[in-house]
Amino acid sequence: MTADPIVRVTGLRKSFGATLVLDGISFDVRAGEAVALLGANGAGKTTLLKILSTLWRPTRGMATVAGFDCAREPERVRERIGLVAHGSLVYDDLTALENLRFWSVLGGGRAGDGALREALAAVELEPYAGDRVRSFSAGMKQRLSLARVLLAHPEVLLLDEPMAGLDQRGRKWLEEHLQAFKAGGGAILMVTHSFGQGLSVADRVVILAGGRIALDAPRASLPPDELARLYALHTEEAP
Amino acid sequence: MKFARRAFIVVWKDLLIEGRSKETLNALFFFSLLLIFLFQFALGPDHERLAAALPGLLWLGFILSALLGLGRTFVLERDNDCWDGLRLAPGDKSAIYLGKLAGNLLLMLVVEITLLGLFATLFNVDVGRALPALALVIGLGTIGLAAVGTLFAAMTAHLRARELLFPVLLLPIQVPVLLATVKATEAALLGEPLGSVAHWLKLLAAADVIYVAIGVLTFDFILEG
Amino acid sequence: MTRVLGWLAGLGLLAGLVMGFGVAPRELTQGNVQRIMYLHVPSILTAYLAFAIVLVASVGYLLSRKPALDRWAAGSAEIGTIFTAITLLSGSIWGKPTWGTWWTWDARLTSTAVMFVTYVGYLLLRGMIEEPERRARFSAVVGILGAVNMPLVHFSVLWWRTLHQPPTMLTPRPASMSPIFGVTLAVNWVAYTLLFAYLLAKRLRVSRVEEPAL
Repeated sequence: MTADPIVRVTGLRKSFGATLVLDGISFDVRAGEAVALLGANGAGKTTLLKILSTLWRPTRGMATVAGFDCAREPERVRERIGLVAHGSLVYDDLTALENLRFWSVLGGGRAGDGALREALAAVELEPYAGDRVRSFSAGMKQRLSLARVLLAHPEVLLLDEPMAGLDQRGRKWLEEHLQAFKAGGGAILMVTHSFGQGLSVADRVVILAGGRIALDAPRASLPPDELARLYALHTEEAP
Repeated sequence: MKFARRAFIVVWKDLLIEGRSKETLNALFFFSLLLIFLFQFALGPDHERLAAALPGLLWLGFILSALLGLGRTFVLERDNDCWDGLRLAPGDKSAIYLGKLAGNLLLMLVVEITLLGLFATLFNVDVGRALPALALVIGLGTIGLAAVGTLFAAMTAHLRARELLFPVLLLPIQVPVLLATVKATEAALLGEPLGSVAHWLKLLAAADVIYVAIGVLTFDFILEG
Repeated sequence: MTRVLGWLAGLGLLAGLVMGFGVAPRELTQGNVQRIMYLHVPSILTAYLAFAIVLVASVGYLLSRKPALDRWAAGSAEIGTIFTAITLLSGSIWGKPTWGTWWTWDARLTSTAVMFVTYVGYLLLRGMIEEPERRARFSAVVGILGAVNMPLVHFSVLWWRTLHQPPTMLTPRPASMSPIFGVTLAVNWVAYTLLFAYLLAKRLRVSRVEEPAL
């Protein structure tokens, strides 16, 4: 008997003024599972992620993480999630180590410098611990972002186009980390715009179109050309 | 205590970043110098006139510096979406408010000491004996200024019209603080015992408590952006 | 409902005018200009009512996020600011023939002026935020702070003007408060409160149509 899903989205609606972006979304993510969220620009992927990460409130419906309502109990949810999004959420004028120290303490953590350096080592940034983030490349900032998030031992990782801006080596590296995270029991919800990047990590694929779920299927059941066809069908875009 | 550690790490972070760029501090130092010139030119060379107007000029200088320096408190958080990071970090958000407030207090105090020193030197006014009393008045007044200033800085950080709205919102709220501090500073400089202005000091203390309390209670709503 | 309020307000104002100009006697020392009290005092009282509503609605909005409360706060603030302006203008008009000057930094006028500026700031803030949810939240905080600040303003201005100086209570109050003055004042006060309620009801109706999706 499988455990309850750690992420539940039920009848989620989000509108901005008169514009309806999400029109009744329902799906789950289980612990140890990775879901890839695909869709054209404006389909609502980032909106969904923002609601799940408690940054935005839904207009109607519910999103819960580990049983906690994202809108009503955001602090409980924030304790359990990690968001890696477009902004790197690090300070350019601080060093990598100082950034980790700040975000760790702010989140209530008690990690000493040793643990912080280990976190940097895990993302291969230990040699740059004392360098200011301003001097980092986009890929390095991305890795620091991930280190910052993993330090808090989240149960759910929310990723918004994490592969963008990474080179081939970087993408392989990220895939390895995400696999390890899954193996450790974590759940992943990953938004990708053009599929093919990072899909090897995904167990399930969800396609969002017109604010609704057009497809929700295990990746194993979808050979690449079938997926491409379905994607083009639902989003009227070539992948 | 976790809350205190979190507030302190915010102060630490802001001091580190300001210490490295020194943008705000340098500009405010220079601004203080310019203010001295401004007041001198506006009021003329009559020493008596300047000495008589000193309490008002001093606080005008403090408030103008506050308008310049406090408004920027949260602007740096917009880089790299760190603002979202502040929201996402679990825990009571008012620790962030108090940390920012403490940082602003330090900034304001440095500027105020500079201005006071410049005034005393260039206008040849003896403030030595009044220093303890002045310290109390300036301390109480600055808390009031910074408490509301930090809150409104967070509010206006995202708005296009930040430079306009910040002074427009802050100044009316600061009327009691301005009146109280100028009167109390006047008394302090004249060497009168602080008991004679006890009512003003109590008003300042009450204002400080109210402003900080509202800041703590409402900051979460502002942080939502 | 709104129409009933409108009629009541209209009748009340009519009654108030009749009493103010017809029934109430000409004041001994100040002359006819004293009659402006029947406009000046009810205006400020109505403004206080308006800003009390802003405070309650602002707190209510932050706690419940109900858009209706934001509409109440915004509408009350607008109308309250107008009544505050009327208070200032009527005070100024009274002051010219009585004291020979259009403005004086008398304690009550000054406090009223500070209140006026505070809420103009509130309205400016609202005007500069387009996003309805953010606008509601931010103005709620300013509304709370502005209202809570009023007692501090009142005392600080009062002490500023009256301590170490002979108290100057510049007000169009009659030299002797015989009952007829009080009754006239009360009638006008009720009339202006009804007017406020009517204007608020109309304003709420308009804002409900403007932002149905908040």
